[in-house]
Amino acid sequence: MATRTIAGKTVQVNDEGFMLNPNEWTKEIALEIAREEGLATLTDAHWKVIDFCRQNGMTTGKAPTLRTITTGAGVPTKELFSLFPKGPAKKVARIAGLGKPEGCV
Amino acid sequence: METLVQTLEQPTAAKTEDRKVAFICSKGNLDMAYPALVMGWAALGNGIDVTIFFTFWGMDMINKARVDHLEIPPIGNASMKMNMMGVPGYIGIPQFMGGLPGMTPFATSLMNKKMAALGVPTVREYLEMLVDAGAKLYACKMSVDMFGLKKEDFIPGVIDIVTAGDFMDMTEGSQIIFI
Repeated sequence: MATRTIAGKTVQVNDEGFMLNPNEWTKEIALEIAREEGLATLTDAHWKVIDFCRQNGMTTGKAPTLRTITTGAGVPTKELFSLFPKGPAKKVARIAGLGKPEGCV
Repeated sequence: METLVQTLEQPTAAKTEDRKVAFICSKGNLDMAYPALVMGWAALGNGIDVTIFFTFWGMDMINKARVDHLEIPPIGNASMKMNMMGVPGYIGIPQFMGGLPGMTPFATSLMNKKMAALGVPTVREYLEMLVDAGAKLYACKMSVDMFGLKKEDFIPGVIDIVTAGDFMDMTEGSQIIFI
């Protein structure tokens, strides 16, 4: 099992860079991963999505699918794709400290 | 360890960055409408560029009057077994039964219910999601002419009616999936 230091904290990650333990996640980690994913800052709109994913992920034990995010967080598809351009599925899950999303919708 | 993770991540991200997938939808049956929608959505979620070309019966998927009425006929479908209706095992549906009036609507409503129970959107809603996520939809010129359709007959999101040659030009470097 690999570990890496993000925002000064050593966390467990898998070989695709997804955090393995969501309890190790902090807001600072989210900011740093977001920067790696090409997002310079996280706005309130970003946090609305991330907070929803955190909540949903902690309850279900896995990262929500995009459809779960759009319907659950009330964020339209267009907005979700413009907030997290070029592949929101993995980006959001990675920033929220959750595993790779499971499920097809 | 940190460097290990980074080196593993970078090539994946770079590869996704310029990956392009194009689907050709040639079927209008309900079960054959979903593959491109599911894979297209997954591709967009992973940052892959998506183009969908609708041809022949596949144009029912984007035809305003047809998209909400796609059907799945049990006749000629050897894989459709009675377990869909809760009968255990893999007992087939006799073909003559598949031809009875009402069997196609029955199978269709069953499939629609199963999809809804799984949280799968309808074909119309799926296409809206894909368009909102950046998928480009095109209708096939020859089929449009053959069926006597116009651009106004299509759902919003269909960009244009294009020829096979146009499609080849616009999908240069794409992986093409024919359905």
